[in-house]
Amino acid sequence: MIQTTNLSKEYGQATVLNIEKLDIPKGQSLGLVGNNGAGKTTYFNLLLDLIQPTTGFIKNNDIQVDQSEEWKPFTAAFIDETFLIGYLTPEEYFYFIGELRGENKADIDTFLEQFSEIFNDEILGKKKYLRDLSKGNQKKAGIVAAMIGSPEVIILDEPFANLDPTTQIRLKKILKALTNNKQVTVLISSHDLGHVTEVCERIVVLEKGNIIKDIKTSPETLKELEAHFTL
Amino acid sequence: MFSKFLSLEWKQFKRSSYWQKSVILNIFLVLLALYFLVSFLVLGFFLYPLLEKQFPDQDPLKIVNGFILYWLLFDLVFRYLMQKLPALKSKPLLSMPIKKKYLIHYILGKSVFSFFNIFAMFAVIPFGIVLIMHNYSVGSVLAWVFSLLCLVLTLNFVNFLINKSNHFFIGIAILLLTTLSLDYFNVIDFKSISATIFNSIYANPLSILAPVTLLIGSYYLNFKDLKSKLFVDGAVSKNLKDVNTSDLSWTNRFGEMSTFLKNDMRLIWRNKRPKMVFIMSFIFLFYGMMFYTNTKYMNMPAMLVFVSVFITGMFTMNFGQFIPAWDSSYYGMLMSQNIKYRKYLESKWFLMTAMTLVLLILSIPYAYFGWNIIMLLFAGAIFNIGFSSLFILFAGSFNRKRIDLDRSAFANYQGTSATQFLMIIPIMLFPMLIFYLANRFFGFNYGVLALTIVGTIGIVFKNYFMTKIEKLYIKNKYKQISAFNETS
Repeated sequence: MIQTTNLSKEYGQATVLNIEKLDIPKGQSLGLVGNNGAGKTTYFNLLLDLIQPTTGFIKNNDIQVDQSEEWKPFTAAFIDETFLIGYLTPEEYFYFIGELRGENKADIDTFLEQFSEIFNDEILGKKKYLRDLSKGNQKKAGIVAAMIGSPEVIILDEPFANLDPTTQIRLKKILKALTNNKQVTVLISSHDLGHVTEVCERIVVLEKGNIIKDIKTSPETLKELEAHFTL
Repeated sequence: MFSKFLSLEWKQFKRSSYWQKSVILNIFLVLLALYFLVSFLVLGFFLYPLLEKQFPDQDPLKIVNGFILYWLLFDLVFRYLMQKLPALKSKPLLSMPIKKKYLIHYILGKSVFSFFNIFAMFAVIPFGIVLIMHNYSVGSVLAWVFSLLCLVLTLNFVNFLINKSNHFFIGIAILLLTTLSLDYFNVIDFKSISATIFNSIYANPLSILAPVTLLIGSYYLNFKDLKSKLFVDGAVSKNLKDVNTSDLSWTNRFGEMSTFLKNDMRLIWRNKRPKMVFIMSFIFLFYGMMFYTNTKYMNMPAMLVFVSVFITGMFTMNFGQFIPAWDSSYYGMLMSQNIKYRKYLESKWFLMTAMTLVLLILSIPYAYFGWNIIMLLFAGAIFNIGFSSLFILFAGSFNRKRIDLDRSAFANYQGTSATQFLMIIPIMLFPMLIFYLANRFFGFNYGVLALTIVGTIGIVFKNYFMTKIEKLYIKNKYKQISAFNETS
């Protein structure tokens, strides 16, 4: 589904990302792990064509992302709060995203019903703007919005950070369900090794922009990762 | 302790993005400040001789005293609109071992050095010097100057107390208007009240105790107010009101554009700065009165072209100049969404066109001033739709400054750069030039025709120009995303 070839990103002298090859097949759930500055967000930004690669390219479903925009209809992402429109209520934001993805109001209303557990009555019908919600609730709204319109590729940057324990568990359930039928490709980054090994079938470890581990998740993976990050 | 605050302040100042504003804008702001300083200085030195010459049989000081109350009221209104509350980023300091008392004294003390107070000083002190040179009693003049400065500082602090609510502002504005009109119709003579107060300060220097008391009182009230508010929750949690959500589904008839139109309407209505732009475009409809009632301008058709383009294009210019920076805080999201750039730009164009038409319709009563005016207004509107709005979209692709929607609208230059100046000039001068040439050689009607033709060309070939503009935006996409991400 997603092929990365000779991709690098440099700012001045510093190389922040350098991936020779990374292929992610359709339906895979991939976890990106790495310390601060490892290049996780940079990779996502390149994948979403928000920054320009210095060399190389990414192909999303055979569409080179910096050449054509045809990848946008089937790709959705939530990187950070700048993906929210602060002066809209959550409902208005969901409808907005829905309209961009060709779904009408009724579709969205039905879609949102399945998330009532996650929303915990703190998001819908509260007559508050997104900018006035707490960080955790903003995150919930952003993650749910990234699932609108059945995208084939979902990109979530640190989805578990800022979420309360209950929501973390529920989110894991949702992410697992998403990839169960092998139709949706999910990319998430996380600092929480436990969560990411639980949700993802493949873990890629980045360090200073380079891939240094590429593991198929097994019961030993968590131990292996913990050992790797223990210095 | 204060020296530590000062060094923090200095770092904040030196490292603020303020200096990264364009050079041109900085020069402009510095010149503006200098201009005001010099104006006040000149006023201070030359007011006395001027009054003496104009009213030889009256005491200039007494005339001035008659206007002081008005000056103070005006000053308060200006401060309300323009003066920013002093702020020390207090949240990180609250948990430090610093007495709150010091923090508050520091914040309040800092506000004394506001431009508003300095301007007043630049007028009052020279006037005092001139008085002394004209053999007024030194002690009395010093008392007079001192009380005025006390009152100015009192206003400084009063402003911080009342600035939190609109009710006070409306109250002061009404007070100002009623006193002005009561004075005008000779019901109550506020000038003489003002004169009595300030003459007595001059006559009896001991009465400076009154302004000093006012100053101390207002300082104390501020101190108490801040002290009660200097908690994290006071600074952090805002008073949240339930928001009004409106359906806006009537926009669906505009097809794919409606998604963006709805957003833009909410953007305008729910954020201070765009809302102010929206409201100002209606207030500036009255701008025409200044020109149409003046025969001097009525004989300068090129000037009237300026007015008609300005009135009908106020929204296009003021809203348009910050496209796409209005959307800067979530621009990255828009760019990764399933969005056709064309639809995004078209919806902005549509919004500007619709507002131009609304403003044109509202300006139709100017027909009272003649058929020519109406012809010019229509030509101006067509010019704005066909030329200005497209030009402004084109220029917008060079916008590289972020706008935080939540900041106030007054004296807020965030997002302003040389681009804004460069884009307004052709929009104002180009129509005047076209009209001037056509009018000069062929006559008034041809001038109007020339404007209309330029506008119509823009409308007819809109798709062609839009395609070009769209390409430009796509080309500048990465630069815009990274520039908009730089928070200031």
